[in-house]
Amino acid sequence: MDITVIVQIIDSTLRLSTPLLFACLAGLISERAGVFDIGLEGKMLVAAFTAAAIAFVSGNVWIGVTAAVLASVVLSLVHGLASITFRGNQLISGVAINFLAAGITVVIAQNWFRQGGRTPSLSGDARMPRLNLPFADALRDVPLIGPLYSGILSGHGLLVYVAFLCVPLTWFMLFRTRFGLRLRAVGENPAAVDTSGVSVTALRYGAVAICGVLCGLAGAYLSTGLSAGFVQEMTAGRGFIALAAMIFAKWRPWPAMWAVLLFGLLEAVANRFQNIEILGLTLPVQAMQALPYILTVVILAGFVGKAIPPRAGGQAYVKEH
Amino acid sequence: MSAPKKLPHWADVTLVPLASVALAFVISGILIWAIGENPWNAVKLMVEGAFGSSYGWGYTLYYATNFIFTGLAVAVAFQARLFNIGGEGQAAMAGLGVALVCLYIPWPHWSLALLGASLGAAFFGAAWAFIPAWLQARRGSHIVITTIMFNFIAASVLGYFLVNVLRPQGTMDPASARFPADIRLPRLHEMLEPFGIPFSTSTPANIALFLALAMCFAVWFMLWRTRLGYQIRTFGESQTAAEYAGISPVKITVYTMLISGGLAGLMAVNSVMGEQQRLVLNAVEGAGFIGIAVALMGRNHPFGVFLAAILFGFLYQGGAELALWTNIPRELIVVIQALVILFTGALDNMVRMPLTRLFAMWGTR
Repeated sequence: MDITVIVQIIDSTLRLSTPLLFACLAGLISERAGVFDIGLEGKMLVAAFTAAAIAFVSGNVWIGVTAAVLASVVLSLVHGLASITFRGNQLISGVAINFLAAGITVVIAQNWFRQGGRTPSLSGDARMPRLNLPFADALRDVPLIGPLYSGILSGHGLLVYVAFLCVPLTWFMLFRTRFGLRLRAVGENPAAVDTSGVSVTALRYGAVAICGVLCGLAGAYLSTGLSAGFVQEMTAGRGFIALAAMIFAKWRPWPAMWAVLLFGLLEAVANRFQNIEILGLTLPVQAMQALPYILTVVILAGFVGKAIPPRAGGQAYVKEH
Repeated sequence: MSAPKKLPHWADVTLVPLASVALAFVISGILIWAIGENPWNAVKLMVEGAFGSSYGWGYTLYYATNFIFTGLAVAVAFQARLFNIGGEGQAAMAGLGVALVCLYIPWPHWSLALLGASLGAAFFGAAWAFIPAWLQARRGSHIVITTIMFNFIAASVLGYFLVNVLRPQGTMDPASARFPADIRLPRLHEMLEPFGIPFSTSTPANIALFLALAMCFAVWFMLWRTRLGYQIRTFGESQTAAEYAGISPVKITVYTMLISGGLAGLMAVNSVMGEQQRLVLNAVEGAGFIGIAVALMGRNHPFGVFLAAILFGFLYQGGAELALWTNIPRELIVVIQALVILFTGALDNMVRMPLTRLFAMWGTR
């Protein structure tokens, strides 16, 4: 394998990891606050559609991204309503949101654009522009630094950099701020937080809203950056891969980034090669596709380190009188 | 707010799901209106398409058969308070089981093939549910997450088998060869003919419908008339109580999930053997997920599951007709399905609270 192929694969790994990273951090924040969210997929899908549709109509990708974030937050508030206010089953609510997204995006897209449930393809200002980092062109031919800096790091959409910036931000927010401390506490022992006079409901809604914003960015990047327009079911299980990465990383931001990069790499390799030969064994492309899920089951099974979710995760908080 | 009184049981099992469905329909109606179509027309088209002819009935019953199996699967698991979201994967793997049984064993008669395929389907479905069940029982891995992961793994396994093993040489389509013609299951019109009842000859409704009805009864009998059913329900009510009563949580979790997976798997008899007569890549078509809506609406009771499955069969067939005659795509049904799941499963308290208040007002008068 020559160097250009490796550079290309790592380059596309970064891009494929971006929606996963946003969604993974979204789920991480929500679950740290004790609200399970298997509706990441649905929120991403609605955001992907909204971003593409609004970007196409307005001709400006950033208006699209903003609309996507709003749409995703609305869905996460529905999830909050069900799981926080009405103390419903959080898992079922997530399932419902996934289906709602799968259905409503196609119904509206078909009615709006009449192209069989997709948006017209985006071009020009409606697509996310690629940023060239400073001196990227000048350094392109320098050995080692050239491929690394100009080939891999430079030339992505803004949201790619934002996604990776969100990792330290999330870490800082969760582990170095008062809000983060309370957020984690509310996922472990909501009664204690309540006793100290802080509103469990407000904190959980806050976490769910942040989750919505991040899922919105994930979906927006998917349809305006990674591809040029929305197609039916374009998230293709990414919300669940993000969930898998979150468990893989045991609900911690930095490991989440590595997990997401690993899963992004798997996708990039699977996209590039059909079957891979390792030590005379042919690894079919399906095995690559299934690998993130298999790895997650292994981690969940606790054979390789135990993944323990936040203690109050999935339970509605009932205030004592 | 005063302490909420409890809703009478009959109201809880009838009014809450009905109100939820009504809410789902109203919101879908608003959506239809918002995209510039006439909701009333849409309802008329759907009812006519699903119930207006024996052709419509045939498809409605065919879909309903799938949903009875997957709905029962989710309902049995819910009785033990396990959320089996993996019906989709279990049914997909069961399709593989049906295909292997039908393609590689020379059956002398369709009835024997039906028996063999049912066993194959149930076995493959149950086997695919076993690993998540065992992991939940023994290692505490959350069954919702593992069954979701197993859905994706099943899709990959199936893809591998169809592309590399079952695909006949010289074809590009990732699908198995056609099953032998002499093990074709009797269709509904063939079964009604001796009774002189004319029925559309071009619908896929087949004998698996009766297998589904038998399963409704069997599940009811198992849950309310056997020791295992009692243990499952006790376990679902209170795990600690069940353990004090000497019920092994590992055993109940695994048994329940095996039954659940087997039921989901039986769906493949209807779809793969009864309709397609070969294994294709997406044979399940989301029926595994509809089982969740069906079970929630049917309040986890086999009779409720039967009624809810008919409702969803109607929605599927009606939705197909709607897509044919209007600009409303089939995915509208997915929206309705999502809203039913949302209102019956997650926002049920929102539906229940006003009903409870209404009953309280009635009671004091």
